[in-house]
Amino acid sequence: MKKMKLVLVGNGMAGVRTIEELLKLAPDLYDITVFGAEPHGNYNRILLSPVLAGEMTLPEIMLNDLDWYRDNGITLHAGRKVVKIDRVRRKVLAGDGSEADYDRLLLATGSTPFIPPIPGNELPGVLGYRDIADTEAMIEAAGKYRHAVVIGAGLLGLEAANGLMLRGMDVTVVHLGEWIMERQLDKAAADMLQASLEAKGMKFLLARQTEALLPARNAQGDMAERVGAVRFKDGMEIPADLVVVAAGIRPNYALAESAGLYCGGGRVRGIHVSDTLQTVTDPRIYAVGECVAHRGVAYGLVAPLFEQGKVCANHLANFGIGRYEGSVTSTKLKVTGIDVFSAGDFGGGPGTEEIVLHDKQGGVYKRVVLKDDRIVGSVLYGDTADGSWYFQLMKDRQSVAEIRDHLMFGQNRLGDAGHKGENRAASMPDTAEVCGCNGVCKGTIVKAIKEQGLFTLDEVKKHTKAASSCGSCTGLVEQILASTVGGAYQAVSANDKPVCACTEHSHKVVREAIFKHHLTSKEAVFDTLNWKTPNGCDKCRPAVNYYLISSWPHEAKDDPQSRFINERAHANIQKDGTYSVVPRMWGGLTTPSELRAIADAAEKYQVPTVKVTGGQRIDLLGVKKEDLPAIWADLNAAGMVSGHAYGKSIRTVKTCVGAEHCRFGTQLAMDMGVKLEKMLFDMYAPHKVKLAVSGCPRNCAEAGIKDVGVIGVDSGYELYVGGNGGIKTEVAQFLCKVGSDEEVMEYAGAFLQLYREEGWYLERTVHWLNRVGLDYVKSQVVEDGDNRRRLHARLLDALKDARDPWQTSREGAAVKQFIPIQVEA
Amino acid sequence: MTDWKRICPLDDIPRLGSRVVRRPGAEDIAIFRNADDEVFALHDKCPHKGGPLSQGIVHGRKVTCPLHGWNIGLEDGHAVAPDEGRCGRFEVKVEGGEVWLGV
Repeated sequence: MKKMKLVLVGNGMAGVRTIEELLKLAPDLYDITVFGAEPHGNYNRILLSPVLAGEMTLPEIMLNDLDWYRDNGITLHAGRKVVKIDRVRRKVLAGDGSEADYDRLLLATGSTPFIPPIPGNELPGVLGYRDIADTEAMIEAAGKYRHAVVIGAGLLGLEAANGLMLRGMDVTVVHLGEWIMERQLDKAAADMLQASLEAKGMKFLLARQTEALLPARNAQGDMAERVGAVRFKDGMEIPADLVVVAAGIRPNYALAESAGLYCGGGRVRGIHVSDTLQTVTDPRIYAVGECVAHRGVAYGLVAPLFEQGKVCANHLANFGIGRYEGSVTSTKLKVTGIDVFSAGDFGGGPGTEEIVLHDKQGGVYKRVVLKDDRIVGSVLYGDTADGSWYFQLMKDRQSVAEIRDHLMFGQNRLGDAGHKGENRAASMPDTAEVCGCNGVCKGTIVKAIKEQGLFTLDEVKKHTKAASSCGSCTGLVEQILASTVGGAYQAVSANDKPVCACTEHSHKVVREAIFKHHLTSKEAVFDTLNWKTPNGCDKCRPAVNYYLISSWPHEAKDDPQSRFINERAHANIQKDGTYSVVPRMWGGLTTPSELRAIADAAEKYQVPTVKVTGGQRIDLLGVKKEDLPAIWADLNAAGMVSGHAYGKSIRTVKTCVGAEHCRFGTQLAMDMGVKLEKMLFDMYAPHKVKLAVSGCPRNCAEAGIKDVGVIGVDSGYELYVGGNGGIKTEVAQFLCKVGSDEEVMEYAGAFLQLYREEGWYLERTVHWLNRVGLDYVKSQVVEDGDNRRRLHARLLDALKDARDPWQTSREGAAVKQFIPIQVEA
Repeated sequence: MTDWKRICPLDDIPRLGSRVVRRPGAEDIAIFRNADDEVFALHDKCPHKGGPLSQGIVHGRKVTCPLHGWNIGLEDGHAVAPDEGRCGRFEVKVEGGEVWLGV
């Protein structure tokens, strides 16, 4: 079949990103031709500021060099500007006379700096700030001249001013507004930002209107052919050898308009496109990027353009799914050492409330604007670590009523281990360790983002390994990414994040599909949901396997090859490839004969380390895999079974001695703990599950940091849920109070079953609770008695034929996996 | 010349799984079987920190190391980018339902 012809006009970030997305989906559908007015490949425009500041060089910011076009069979006409679109003959014509036919046309003509109509704006030395040529002209001027004036104190203007200042110029920023960055910041944050820029040497003239740009005079007093000064309406004049105008951008739609494509009128101008990124006039013609007006909005930041590109590519590939419904944007200033973040509507107004935290001396300002218990905007200065969190809450329209009292202290307010509680990404030195698990410093992350052209958190994780182990530094890594790429960073909402690279679908969609379509095998899931890989990967297969067996117990067959090795081998793999063995001790109780059997096994199998665990068990570390079946047989013979210390499953129920022995005890904590642990034996869950039972409020079993914590009081038990003592210490929240042991079993069981049925794989109870809200869980488990009993019954049914996995694994064919095949040398 | 050794019936290796082959005085070899019944043999040692690849999850023509999640190509033993490194590979074939290893 003859390939269709696709022509891209505009070789910038939006257009080329669309082509990249298209090549991923349909690599062979089109013959692709690209026209670009600039004589380069595609470069990362947002990193022009670091180039200007001397922090990076041009080769470092190339995203697609000329080889990329060649390798992908794309014809590139660099340095050729398209001047005409002939929609009847379906061809485009460039200024040098070259032509190209198209079946589909993609316009990504970008924008141009807006130069206000003031006298003198045509003088040499007056520049917009848009491309490599502008940047080079600014660098050249900085080498020759002294005085620079930047008109416009928006994002781009301040970045330009900062760059010129770092190149040694004396820079004055002139602004029409009362305060700088007034579209992104409120006055309080802007004042703080201005003060810190002034401390670096930048000068400001606010609320000034420029009247004229005046030519310089040469030694003879004649007018020279270059700008020399700026005059304001109030008569003031300042010297200016270079004037950078950063007073906004205008979409480039003249080419489209001349071809008869509707480009609007009045305030919103730009190539008008529908939610499929097709021009409203001609469905063969698509448009993305800054040249576009979508639902009355023209975007000037990179993140929305990438979202547009993704949808556009999907339609170009004839998939026909996905709609672009507009973007919520956030802003970060890329000035080294300064942390500013803003998002949404922070202007306030009727019906809004605001929460402000302002430490002027400490240099921290945070303002969150709420409407109907939801975040509608935020401005952060100084401490911006929670910018992504606020942004995500805003995008997801999640109610913050329950967390309002600690909202301002951020997501990671407590016990966030591994990076010394650092929360100012931009002001951290390059040598500071960000990821304590993998020893990754800030400088390494910044370098990878810049050199490899990374835009997403996942890419950063893959390339640097930062935030890829325990994840406690994720917020910090996100901040570093955001401050390095600025507007190109878009926080992805966990709700619609794909499970992995094998699929577009989120955990939510996969879970629901398995239930709705009664899917009972991974093949059926991959088939129904159009998985991109034949048998998934190490991320999605365990998740899908869990969803199958938890949705359809006794019906869906467990697939051992979709489980992580620990759950396949029923032991924990160690760094040297040996395993650890933890026999179950119900409620943390043991007997002399069990201890004797453990001691015998440890000696017989030459176990190098014997350790007591945090969950009141004994761990035998350093067992060879081929010895596992035999050591289990010995422990089974002494009446012990698997302790599941290796699984996304019930781990332990920790207990205090309770009223059995303790003089303060009010309830039989050990007895209660044993009963709970027996009920939950062999229960798999989205993640590990730990319980504790304390016999009185002194809480010696530490029930406050368990997934389910039970605290005995004189009149019954208090139940707490969603605690966590790991990466991030989370205190369990009070669920309800009950009177009897039977009720503890029913409520705890129902809570865990709800988590098992609705939690996403690898989501601990606390994360699930944060996502769905404690109120929802109470409504299902506490307030609705019938539902609670049904949940509890489903749990008991799922576990009705639970068997000791040690015993089943050492019998029959299953034992083969443990035995190496010996061959002669 | 390749010295072919008979290892085991193909069905002794689970689909999307592996078995360890032990040789006296030499390092372990992992033999993998994928969903299409192709077999591959690599040193049972991840180029990253020496993790036993035989214990990883097999998908497509890759295996994920159980220790730190590196992906290793089963055909050539190369780590999947952006990770870098490679582990030794061995000739392996299936004939008459039996797996043969070239050592």
